[in-house]
Amino acid sequence: MQAWHFSETAYPYLPPADSYPSIRVSLPNKNYDPRKGAELYDRYLEEWQIADEEGMEIMLNEHHQTATCVDPAAPLMLAALARLTKRARLLILGNPIANRRQPIRVAEEMALIDVLSKGRLEAGFVRGVPYEISPANSNPVRMNERFWEALDLICKAWQSHDGPFSHEGRFFHHRNINIWPRQWQDPHPPVWVSTTSASGAYEVGAHGFIQATFLTGWDTTRKIFDSYRKGWRESGRGQDIPNHRLAYAALVYVGETEKEAHEGAEKLLWYVTANKVAPQYANPPGYVPVAANVAMMRGGEHPLSAFAKGASVEAAIRGGFMFAGTPEQVYQQIKRHNDYVGGYGHILNMGQAGFLEHEDSVKGIRNFARHVYPRLKEDFPHSRISGQPSELPGEPPEKYMLYSSSTVKMERSVGGQLGSAGAR
Amino acid sequence: MQRTTVNIAGCEIEVHEEGSGAPLLYLHPGGGFRPTDAFIPLLVAKRRLICPSHPGFGRSALPDWIDSVDDVAHIYLELMDHYGIAKTDILGASIGGWITAEMATKAPERFSKVVFAGAVGVKTGPADKLDIPDIFVMSPPDVPKIMFHDPSKFPFDASKFTDEELAIQVRNRETLALYVWEPYMHNPKLPHRLQRIKAPTLFLRGASDGLVSAAYMDAYAKLVPGAKTLTIPEAGHGPHQEQPQAFAKAVLDFLQ
Repeated sequence: MQAWHFSETAYPYLPPADSYPSIRVSLPNKNYDPRKGAELYDRYLEEWQIADEEGMEIMLNEHHQTATCVDPAAPLMLAALARLTKRARLLILGNPIANRRQPIRVAEEMALIDVLSKGRLEAGFVRGVPYEISPANSNPVRMNERFWEALDLICKAWQSHDGPFSHEGRFFHHRNINIWPRQWQDPHPPVWVSTTSASGAYEVGAHGFIQATFLTGWDTTRKIFDSYRKGWRESGRGQDIPNHRLAYAALVYVGETEKEAHEGAEKLLWYVTANKVAPQYANPPGYVPVAANVAMMRGGEHPLSAFAKGASVEAAIRGGFMFAGTPEQVYQQIKRHNDYVGGYGHILNMGQAGFLEHEDSVKGIRNFARHVYPRLKEDFPHSRISGQPSELPGEPPEKYMLYSSSTVKMERSVGGQLGSAGAR
Repeated sequence: MQRTTVNIAGCEIEVHEEGSGAPLLYLHPGGGFRPTDAFIPLLVAKRRLICPSHPGFGRSALPDWIDSVDDVAHIYLELMDHYGIAKTDILGASIGGWITAEMATKAPERFSKVVFAGAVGVKTGPADKLDIPDIFVMSPPDVPKIMFHDPSKFPFDASKFTDEELAIQVRNRETLALYVWEPYMHNPKLPHRLQRIKAPTLFLRGASDGLVSAAYMDAYAKLVPGAKTLTIPEAGHGPHQEQPQAFAKAVLDFLQ
């Protein structure tokens, strides 16, 4: 198992949420103070450096026009990290290539970082969440098709070393592709793709890339991974899917005590509770399939809003999108989840959010790296084969759950179906 | 109305047709073609009305290669060939008006009279202001307010539609986005081509249209030699829906 420290470099100093309709796309940047922002960048970079020192890997991502992730040009941040860190693998997850007009430019940026970091780049690619459409002025229709053409072209650009080649495709046209520098890793950096849909995962599996999924809980994650494994097998890559092809992102906080863990975990929920998005940005036409939109018109719920309703530490842990507690609790929670979904070799720890201050973020990173990570590495080696899912475990044993003292009584008496709060 | 399917350039096009007499080609707005609209029988009483659903709208196919209003214009010129119609009157509403403009600038000799209703397709104002408000970033409850003179008469109730009808509505909106996303609602080249239209031309709009302003329609009309303008009171972006009688009368009077 490899564990990755992930922060969205949020800017949390915002006016009350009821004073604006959307934290994304339209929130005026007069609410952003560059001096406070500079301090935040300093501390977020330092947290990544600490993760590096603690033996964890590093992950970052990119969003636009939002206070939740002030990293609109992730390759720039990654370039800084290439110089500030010594050891960690550097995962960008990812480049929003359905929204970038020049895939070749992306191939160049990634190659530069790979050389700068002497081969530590892990190059991730995302279709992008729906609220990225407006900032990019990108057509929400046929994004998947653009995504795959761009990714195939980038991979080809990385692997062509004999002078210019041309590409006249459906969405992209280049007559003289010949990138410099050539990337450090051969044939190219590991490629990651994130998707939260089963159909997307099938494609990723068919390509053999590393599949990451975010906050998808129990059943959805299992469906996505099953679909990935199906795509892998049906494309002739063999029956065995190595664990290291699959990754899961969750909110993770490890405390020395349950009380400490609960306080940290509550602050991590900021990502869920602060993500106030106006409906027109959350569901642009063409982003989800027609049938899904019909279901929503019939009163069905957007998966993202369903997720937001699980916004308590207990529900989030039950839902399988948060692992929080003492080292033993977190280890057991991850193990149960990993077993149920059939096995993954990467855990992407959203270990910092909103008002989780520097000192507490560092505590969480260190507690995980020192007391949980060694066990995960030992018990979930990359050589393990993914794809023998266990039965759905029943209600978690109480000792594995994290309860705040105030809710402990109620939660225990109400019980609740495992997984019921997860994103569907 | 009779519904048939015609294959043009490998694209299955759904066509509604009714009436007799001189043909009138009707190109629907972004909401799609609704055969139950009240203005239809009024036009059919006088004309042979031919109403294709644009590729990706209604039950028309959307092949991979089609992604623009220009593509649709070419398809429809070929559709006229298919019907053996050398020359026709044409009526285009909203995005249907944009398609009309593309067709009439490509083959002006094939149109005897042209009517634009709440047409989009050009950019006439400054770079830092959208000519057509961005319906895709508008809060959903605000959209009917700019679309209708009296939105209370057009409440949306999903339970009144079958799944197929809802799927068509969703797909219409998706295809609309595909066609109009960028440049938003216009073709920058059109203003330099519209002078080719020699047919008598009428631009009309609803007085309460929040999408197509009076200034926009006037600027658009100035680009077409000799074009007339007309405003229909107590109507929004869909005067054919809100004022079917006045709309049909305006169209038929002009075509007479």
